[in-house]
This record gives sequence, C-alpha cells and structure tokens, in this order.
Amino acid sequence: MSGDSELVLIWKDKMNNVEALMLNAPVYYAVDFPVKLEPPFYAYITLKGKEANYRVRVTEVREYEPLEGIMRRSNKNLKTLLYLEEIQEIASIPLNEFRKENGEEIKRVSKYSYGTLTLITDFELKKFRDMTDEERKIYEMAIKDYGVELPFSIVSEIAKAEEKYDIKNTELKRIVDRAVEIYKKRQVDPYEAVGIVGAQSIGEPGTQMTLRTFHYAGVAEMNVTLGLPRLIEIVDARRDPSTPMMTIYLDEKTRYSEDGAKELAKKIESTLIKDVADIVTNITDMSVIIRPNMEEMENRGVTKDNIVESLAKIKLKIVVEVEGENIKVKLSEPSYKNLNRLSTEISELTLKGVKGIERAIVRKSGDTNEWVIYTQGSNLRDVLDMDGVDGRRTKTNNIIEIANVLGVEAARNAIIYEALDTLQQQGLSVDIRHLMLVADVMTQKGYVEAIGRHGVAGQKESVLARAAFEITSKHLLAAGVTGEVDELNGVAENIIVGQPVTLGTGAVVLIYKPKKR
Amino acid sequence: MRAFGLTKRINSIKFSLLSPDEIRKMSAVKVITADTYDDDGFPIDKGLMDLHMGVIEPGLRCKTCGGKVDECPGHFGHIELAMPVIHVGFVKNIKNYLDATCRECGRLKLTDEEIEMYKMKIEEAKKMGASPMQMFVLYKRIIDEAASRPICPHCQAEQKKITLDKPTTFREEGRKLTPKEIRERLERIPDDDLELMGVNPETARPEWMVLTVIAVPPVNVRPTITLETGERSEDDLTHKLVDIIRINQRLRENRDSGAPQLIIEDLWELLQYHVTTYFDNQTAGIPPARHRSGRPLKTLVQRLKGKEGRFRSNLSGKRVNFSSRTVISPEPFLSINEVGVPEKAARELTVPIAVTEQNIEKMREIIMRGPNPRDENGRYLPGANYVIRPDNRRIKITETNSEMVAKKLEVGWVVERHLTDGDIVLFNRQPSLHRMSMMGHRVKVMPYRTFRFNLAVCPPYNADFDGDEMNLHVIQGEEARAEARILMLVQEHILSPRFGGPIIGGIHDHITAMFLLTHKNPKFTKSEAVHILSYLNYDELPEPKIIDGKEYYMGKDLFSLILNKGVNIEFKSKICDPSVCGGTCMKEKCPIDAYVVIRDGKLVAGTIDENAIGSFKGKLLDKIVKVDKNLGRKFIDDLTRLAVGVISYIGFTSGIDDEDIPEDAKLQIMSVIKEAEDKVEKLIEHYKKGELQPLPGRSLEETLEMEIMGVLAKARDEAGKISAKYLGLENASVIMARSGARASMLNLSQMAGSIGQQSVRGQRLHRGYQDRTLPHFKRGDLGAKARGFVESSYKKGLNPTEYFFHSMGGREGLVDTAVRTSRSGYMQRRLINALEDLKVRDDGVVVDTGNNIIQFKYGEDGVDPTKSNWNEGINVEELLVDLFGEEYLERRKKK
Repeated sequence: MSGDSELVLIWKDKMNNVEALMLNAPVYYAVDFPVKLEPPFYAYITLKGKEANYRVRVTEVREYEPLEGIMRRSNKNLKTLLYLEEIQEIASIPLNEFRKENGEEIKRVSKYSYGTLTLITDFELKKFRDMTDEERKIYEMAIKDYGVELPFSIVSEIAKAEEKYDIKNTELKRIVDRAVEIYKKRQVDPYEAVGIVGAQSIGEPGTQMTLRTFHYAGVAEMNVTLGLPRLIEIVDARRDPSTPMMTIYLDEKTRYSEDGAKELAKKIESTLIKDVADIVTNITDMSVIIRPNMEEMENRGVTKDNIVESLAKIKLKIVVEVEGENIKVKLSEPSYKNLNRLSTEISELTLKGVKGIERAIVRKSGDTNEWVIYTQGSNLRDVLDMDGVDGRRTKTNNIIEIANVLGVEAARNAIIYEALDTLQQQGLSVDIRHLMLVADVMTQKGYVEAIGRHGVAGQKESVLARAAFEITSKHLLAAGVTGEVDELNGVAENIIVGQPVTLGTGAVVLIYKPKKR
Repeated sequence: MRAFGLTKRINSIKFSLLSPDEIRKMSAVKVITADTYDDDGFPIDKGLMDLHMGVIEPGLRCKTCGGKVDECPGHFGHIELAMPVIHVGFVKNIKNYLDATCRECGRLKLTDEEIEMYKMKIEEAKKMGASPMQMFVLYKRIIDEAASRPICPHCQAEQKKITLDKPTTFREEGRKLTPKEIRERLERIPDDDLELMGVNPETARPEWMVLTVIAVPPVNVRPTITLETGERSEDDLTHKLVDIIRINQRLRENRDSGAPQLIIEDLWELLQYHVTTYFDNQTAGIPPARHRSGRPLKTLVQRLKGKEGRFRSNLSGKRVNFSSRTVISPEPFLSINEVGVPEKAARELTVPIAVTEQNIEKMREIIMRGPNPRDENGRYLPGANYVIRPDNRRIKITETNSEMVAKKLEVGWVVERHLTDGDIVLFNRQPSLHRMSMMGHRVKVMPYRTFRFNLAVCPPYNADFDGDEMNLHVIQGEEARAEARILMLVQEHILSPRFGGPIIGGIHDHITAMFLLTHKNPKFTKSEAVHILSYLNYDELPEPKIIDGKEYYMGKDLFSLILNKGVNIEFKSKICDPSVCGGTCMKEKCPIDAYVVIRDGKLVAGTIDENAIGSFKGKLLDKIVKVDKNLGRKFIDDLTRLAVGVISYIGFTSGIDDEDIPEDAKLQIMSVIKEAEDKVEKLIEHYKKGELQPLPGRSLEETLEMEIMGVLAKARDEAGKISAKYLGLENASVIMARSGARASMLNLSQMAGSIGQQSVRGQRLHRGYQDRTLPHFKRGDLGAKARGFVESSYKKGLNPTEYFFHSMGGREGLVDTAVRTSRSGYMQRRLINALEDLKVRDDGVVVDTGNNIIQFKYGEDGVDPTKSNWNEGINVEELLVDLFGEEYLERRKKK
C-alpha cells in the first residue's frame, strides 16, 4: 500500500463484476454514484462490506454518457464514468483501517464511501529486531566464521551465559565454535522422510489417548473436547469445532480489576430474549407475549426498553404493544404459520453481547495474577474489536476462524499450538517439529486444508496414490478421460509398481565403477 | 537376483480410455459362445475359456503365444455388442457432455470468444501447476456455463433439458434417449471443444463411453477353480460375462428377425443391466447381481476397491517369502541387537550367498553338511537348502545328493544357506505404528520354538509375552543388508524421533533392581557382590569399603561398573519428593537419596530409577546414547544382565500382604469416607431445599453433581494418603510404584484403602432402573453409594452392588479402547497419506513430490528431533563445563 494516508474511494461490488473487470481492464466503468475526487487515485472494492478485497487505479473521472464498450456496475441511475487502468486482488484490508476524515471508521459500505487509509506500523517483531548487541555479535560471528545461522534460542542462551560469567573474547569464540559444531551435528540428514516420521509420531500416541470430553484445566464450568477427538478435529480442519472456546486477555487498564473484567464479560456474553423472559404464544388472539423476568433482567443488565428496541430487527410485519410488565407482539397480517415463526424468531433475538458467545466466565490466571475471561462459543472478529481486550494474546480454538480473521500464518500457529496442547494435556510428549510439518502441509496453499480425502490427500499429483487412498474407481476412470500421466514421483505409486521409493537411500543414485587395472 | 549396476525404472504411466478399435485390435479372439468347457473338460473354441486368451491348466499351451501356465501372460478377447450400452463409470461424464453441447451441431454451447477466453484460463492454470482436482473444478465451471445456454450460439438450435434417471437412463424432456442416440450425439462433438470439458482427445473420445465392444479379460484374471470333488466352479467375472453373451445373443436374434420394439427394448435394458453390474455390482439404484447361493457377485470395481481390494491389499502391500512368524518370549542374556531364532525356523529361512573364488571352499563345506547338520555335540550348524545355477535352475540339497552338488559347485552359483548367528534380519510386530515397529536384529539360533529378545526392546514394539506373535524377515540382497545394518539395527533406534528421548530402556524389573542396588547405597560382602555381578563382564571388582573392619562392596559402586568413564550428569530421581526438603533441593545431600550425581562414570549420589534408565524417561540413558550408540547398546545390555543378577540375588516379591495396613489406618479411612458421604447427604439436602447456588451457566442438577464428585474424589485421595502413610519404601509394591517400575500409588491405595467413584462418560452412574441405578436403592436416591461410589478396597472385596458398578466402569474402558484403536488408526492412515512424500532436500528445504516447498528449513531450525536434546536447544551450561571445567567457571562467575 502506498502512502500512509491517502484519500480513497470504496464501494461494494459483485463478484462477477470484478471478474469481468479483471478480464477487461483497462476499461471504462459506469457507476451509480457521483465521484468528486481528482484522478489519478486508488479505489477499493469490497465484496462483503467487511474488508477491501480489490484495488483499482482510476485515472479518469467524468460524467456518465453512453459509450461503446463500457462496463456497468448496475443498469439504473448511472452517474459517473471511471476509467480503471488496472485492478488487482490484494490481501484483504479490514474496513476499520479506513477512517473517514472526522476519524470515525467505515463500518459498512453500501454504495460508496470516502475514507483515509491508515497504516498500523507499530509492529514488534521481538525476536530479531530486539536482538541485543551481545546477541547480534554472537549471531553474526557464527555467520561470518562458519556460514551458519544459529537459532535465536541458542544465541540468547550463549548471551545469557556471557552475562553470568566473565568470558574472554577468545573463550567466546571457542563457545560459538562448539555451539556451531553441536548444531551442525544435529541437522537432519538429506532425503530423510520427515513426513512419514512426523505422521507416525503424531499417529502413534493416538492409541494412548482418551476418548472423552473433560473439564478444562482451571475452569470447571466448561466442557472442552480433548484427547483423540480434538486431535482428529484439528487435522480435519472442521469449520466449527465441537466446543468452541476463547481465552480473552485484557489490556493493562482492565487486567487487574475484577469488576472491570466482570463488566467486560457481561458485555461479551450474549443475552437472548429467552434468557431473560418467558415467551408465550397466544393462539386465541394471534399474538406472542413476552413476560420479562425482572430478576434475570437486572442480573444481565437488560431493560424492557432493550427488548422493545430489539423487536425492530424482526423482518415480519408486527405490531408491538406494551401491556404493563408484559410485551405483546401481534402480526399485522395474522397467519398461523407466521405466528409460529415469530415466536421462534423472538426467542432467538440477541439483546446484547457478542454473537455466538454463550457464556463468559472470569477467572484469575495463576501465573500472572491477572483476570482473564474464558468463553464458551467463539467470535474472534467481534471480540478483538472490543475495548479493553488485549488482542495480541487473546485466543480462540477455532482454527478456521483464525484463518479468516488473522490469516493463514496465524492459523498455522494455531494448529501447532492446539495440537501440541492437546497432546500435552494427555501427558504425551511429541516434538514440535512434527506438528509444524503437519501445520505447514495443511496451510501450504494459502488456506487451511484438511488432511484426508477432501483435502491434502485427495489433491495428490499421482493417480495411483489417489486411487490407493480412497474412492479407487472414480480416480482411475477420470484419469483415463483426461489422459493423466503418473510421473511416479511419490511413495505410494512406486510401491505399487514395485520399485524403490524416492526417499532416503532411494533418493540417491550411486554407481560404483571399479577402477580398471 | 538382480544384476549388478543400473536397474530399469518405470518413468511414468499414462492413463487413457480404450477405443472400440483398440479393443478389437488387442483382442485375441472374438467370444461368441457363452459356454466354457465341453464334456471332456476342454475349453470350447470361441467360448469364454478359449485357449487364445491364455491357459490355466497345466499341460495345455496358449494358442496365442504358445506359452504354458505361468509363462503366458494372458490375452484379451472381446464381445461385439448387438446394441450399444452405457458404461456406468462414465454416466456423469456423459450427462455433462450432453448438457454442455448442442443437440444439433454437437458444438460446445459457448461463443468463440468465450472458448478462447476459457482456453487461456486452462492454459494459465496448467502453467501455474494446478492439481488434477483443481482442474476438474475449472472444467466443471465451463460445463455448467455452457449447459445454462438455452440456445446454441453456433447453430441457433433450441436446446432441450436432459435428465438422468439413475443409474443409466437419459431422458430428453421425458422422452427416453437410447444409448445409440446418445452415442451419435457424442460422436458429433469436435475434438477442439472436448479440451474445454476436460477430455483429452488424444486419449479419450466421449462416444467410447458408450460401449459397442466389451473387452474380455484373460482367463488367468478369472481362473476356474476345481474343487476336491472334481467339480468346477467359475469365477464371478466369468459368470457375468456368460450373462452378457447370452442376452447379447438373444438381442441380436430378436433384432435381426424383426421382433416387436417392446421386446427389443426389454432385452436392451437387460443387457444394460448386465454390463452395468459387470463393471460395478454396487451401483446405486439397481439390485446387485447375485450368485446362485445368494451372495452378491464380486465384479470389476469390487475387485479394486477398499481395504481388501487390489490396490490396498495387493499393490500397496505385498506378500513375501523368507519370512516367519511365531510366539515371542523374553531372554535377558541376549543383546538388544539380537533376536533368538528357533532352529526349525533357521533351517527354513535362507540367505543367498554368491559363490566366489574366495568362499567356494567354505560353501562346499556347507553344502556337504546337507539340509540338517549338527556338530559332534548335537548343536546347530548351518547347512543349505538349495543351490541356484546361473541359468536360474534350483537344485534341492538332500542327504543323498549333498556331496555331488558340492563337487559340482562353481563360481557364479548361488547357495541358499541356513540362517546362522550374526545374520541380519528384520523383526516386526503389528500394528506397525512407527518406524521402531520394524528393526534390524542379528540372529542367534536357539533351541525351542519361540523368537526371543531382550526385554528392553519391548517398548518400541509395544510387545509383551502373553501370547504375542512377531514376524521375522530375512534379507536377500547385499544392498538391503547394508542398509539394515547401518540404518535399522536396534541400537540406531534407541532414541525415538517422536520426542528425542530413549524409547528402548529399562522396564519393570530392571528399574526395581537398580533401585534395590542403589537406593541408600546398600552394602554387600564379596561373595554377595560376585554373585550379583556373575552375569556381567567386568574387569575387576571396585574398591571395597571397610566398615567395622570388614570389606564391603557398595551398591552404587557396583552400578558404576556398567558406566563408562567420562559420564557426567545430575538430575532428580523419580522418587524425589519436594515435601521432604520443602522445595529447596539439597542436591547431593538429599535425605531420601533422590538426587543423582554421576561424575566421570561414578555414581556419587542418588537412586537409579525410572528417571535414570527407564524407557521414555531415562535421562542417564539418553545422555549415554547421545554420545555413542554403541556405548548405549552396551549399557542397556549390561544393565539387563546386572538387573538379573541383583534381583535374583536379593529376591523380590509382592503379595497381597503388601497392602496390609494397620487396623487404625482402616478406621481412619472409614471415617474419612463416612465424613464424605455425610457431606454428600448434606449437599443433597441443600439442593432439595433449593438453597444450592448454581455455578454460572450450570443448572442446579449439574452443580450438585459437580460438587458431589469433588467431595468424593477428595475423599478417595484422602484415603490414599492415609494408606500411603503406612506403606513405606520397605514394601515391595511401594518400591515398584515409587521407582516407576510398575503401577502407581493410586493402584495401591485402591487395594489398601478405597476404590472410589465409578463413572461412565465422566458422570456418576445414574442409569439402569427408573430413577435409580439398581433396585437395592430407593427411587431418586442421589447418595454416594446409590450412584456408584465404591467404598471398599480391592483387598477387602466389593459387595454385590459395588461389584456391579465397578463392572460398569470397567466396561466403558473396554468399549473406549475398541473405539479408539479404529479411530486413531484411520487418523494415522490419513496423516501418513498426506505426508508420506515429503522429504528434506540436500539444502535443508522440505518439499513434496511436485517440488512444492513445504518448509524452507525443516522444523525452522533444521534439527532432527531424534538428535535434539529433548526439545531443548543446546545446554550452554553443560557446554561451558565441558569446555572450561567446573572450577574455572566457578572462579569466572560474576557477582
């Protein structure tokens, strides 16, 4: 992104429009809103109204007139012609990074909107940027003298030792020398079948795991899927985990106050009408009566007015009457079918809180002595937006959600963390490198892919390998039609045709030529 | 045996569809009769067992290639169909092509510009390396786009909607399309348009998906089985082909004689049914074709599919020769690298030895011995079973011909010699969950009938000796033997790649023995010490200690005998109990001798137990193996020998009296349990009165259950603590539990104190009768006893209701294990399938088969987990001591 504050134009568009633009650019594009900006400028297109997905470069703006070969955003009320020089797909930018001139964020883009793109630049890459001088010295020494990049953990260990002991420069050299030697000795052998070793290392302890849901350490009130089912869930890349859960850390202001944390928890916990009121359907006069439970309402900080307000969200045509304590909702056009729908719709209405979060519990964290909110249900995007939440440490166990909100790299880390955590809870030790490999395979394409028929294994290059895994006949028949060629690069294919695999000792070709005498 | 030097390698395999012409061309015979054999049992000409298609009976020769059984590879025949039928496997493809192309002109219903555009897209996708799956998605999009056009952009013909009646009937606006019509339409599609629909015109034409000719597989694909009674039984495929030919015949006759359309259509449909089931007998929507006995036939797809199908059962897994399987049993005097092989197996399993100028005399001698030689003391000697001449003829060696064969032996022959001590074999136990499930061992031929190995090797195989069987494979090639010796030998696998610690190590009695030998440093007289060390190879006895004027040998010194010089390590023993020292470790001066210090191969302080030598946990073992695998092997070998000496000399036994606790401890336990039960009653009362405060987000009932479970669990722990107080380290069971040899203190407290709450699905037992678990209780009784709390101990015995509850809990455990094995097995299969092709390139990058980069550096630091330091980086402290020495460092310490 160029410039830290540029005035930009954002509008919402449809996928097929964008596709057509991408095929045809540069092109005149007729839009149904006026534009008062000086070209050239960059504009952004959003598909869902939550983040900008495409960037276009506009080099000409003029009033709409029917022209040959223009493209249209819609068919009615065309006002402006934009000359789009290029359009490109970008990593999606959340709309809250576009601020209006008065500082408020653009929440929804309906037709178009102006905004200022602000870049958040105060990232902290702890590991490498914050290397101390001592650490950098050691790190560079290893590179200069041996051409080896020592891992940061080793470098910092040596630096720590330097702090503790009085070490001469020549001695330091000897230490680095030895560290490099050890590090080199520990490197993997070339052509090692790391994939198989990794898969076995995760699969083998699977037989030793429990098969039940247990209570989460520390928070007895919540059920969390653990053990084998959870591990399977992770490698399956399920859209929704069976027990979504968040651990919400708080910012410095609220971290140490119980009241602050509890208040935030109340805000986060979603309250439905049915939680605070009884809902009765009265068939005789075709109405739904809401009987609020005063005690519950007070508990959850909801008023009767809130209920009345929330009723506006119902899409059916209704008449709301307040009868003393009760609220009566009538249909404008009575029908039994709609009455039924109305009563279910009312009971599911969210009065307040974050959608999807059923319960929030405040607990004091043991080691840092701060208050932490644990929730059942997960909604990372909305929780991160809340004031008082420390977004850097807040976690969810929904990996797909992390991928959507924070990107694949975050999802990769989440897979590693979640899998390692699951294994450790069962008292099984598995080297983190195996989990890294699984996570990297699952996220290599840029999105989270499941391990199995519908994911990684089904995408294999080789026909024979796919046929040997699952749905044999389908793959063979399709291979004939498309005339696929199996290059026999993988393990499964080579085993099928009966020749050495291309891993380990099979990956190298050595020919011994005896010397002629 | 394979020739030396380069071997052939299949470079690639191309898939394509067979065209009718190709089928006819490769056919050796046109099959026209549905019969197989005549009355004399001779194959009928032009029948399904025609000799042109290969032979299955010994003595006959193939009429196509002249080969005998096993020489003739088999040849295809063909059947000409009277009317075309649809191939079930391609029904979806056909539907797509019919939808996407014009019914009149056969062109893809896209404008020329669109066609150009999509062609570019396809090219681009191919260039970007899209996987076959991703290409399918793209083709499907093109097909859907074309199918949505109501009018052909090329000839302006109006299109009609085509529906598919599963499995094989197509209708155009209700009117049935015959396969003939469909074939005609498909023929009209031009080659250029096919490419956009994912058909490669070089390998497939859509009209080939409507069959006019059927290839008849060679007879050796569907052999006739002759039963003992002399009765013949045909293969399922042959049965199906008979059906096809019969109906085909009738259809042709009826068509040629001008039978009514209705009859022809019926027959046509019947033919379609038979052809469909010939390919796939599990097609949805039609009843499977059955054998006379009612068993569904196994036709082509069924032969390939699933776990028992050709792919997974015969191609991905293969049967082998030179292998054997028998029961296993323990033998502590074998090295971990060895395996005891029964003589009987050793005489069957052979190693091929190429005869050279250097070894010809030796080989002659071996052959001369015949197939069953023994030395003068009746001990096993290797003989030979066969010699193989350069022309691949095998000569069996018998008592009678052994001398003659030995005389004839020449350089270049191969002798199949019996197994002998020192041969390398592969040893395996199923399920093979990780690479340590199959390791290389050196053979040690032994009497009796079981395979034997060192007990320290049980954990990687997950073996015990309650009847387990294991497999042994004898390596036949030099290259493989070298690989097995260097890469697969047991000592190379002491460290597990899963966590970088030892997986081979002391178990059970090894740990107990070392505990007895080292804990609190017991003293032994010379005769005792010599006795203990009698199984061990050692240079000389350690320096004795003089106590009260007598010479004694200390346990720790005896243990130090198996340690090498230069071993330095300090760590906490398993028996370490922080409550003794109040959290501040006193290191060497630990009052319970729980801090191990080893300096230069001398055990100075501490108890050797699970944390030192145990498999999975042994820190000392880990340290030794990481220095040198050979030393590691030797250490484990010596350890097992020492352990046998110690434990058989000192003696170690456990009985039910180990769990005896004094009467007043029993009373204490009783009162703790009583108290807990009262507490539960109080909680229930509280709950019934409605005074119980629910936990956030829980119902009252759930809260009550949670509270009760808490109270009862605490009571059980309390009872355990009381019993533990009376069970000290002089008690054999406690020694086992505390040293980590076997069992846990929980097991002991369940035997001595109280068993505790039984549960199903993490809840107290509550199901059974209406509102109660058993009729022994009142309805609605929520008390501890009524809901599965077992207050008795195993020793005391359970009363009937308790016994029943305990069985309920036990059953859940069994079910759980059964479900878990299948689930985790499938997960592992999927994981392996997804990751099997990954390898580290020689520059440290992890790639898959397509050379796609998965990781730039394996595990972010390129370190092999096996060689890593238990997930730690480099232990700098250790490194410093190593480099500069402890004293120097101490002086250099900053204040």
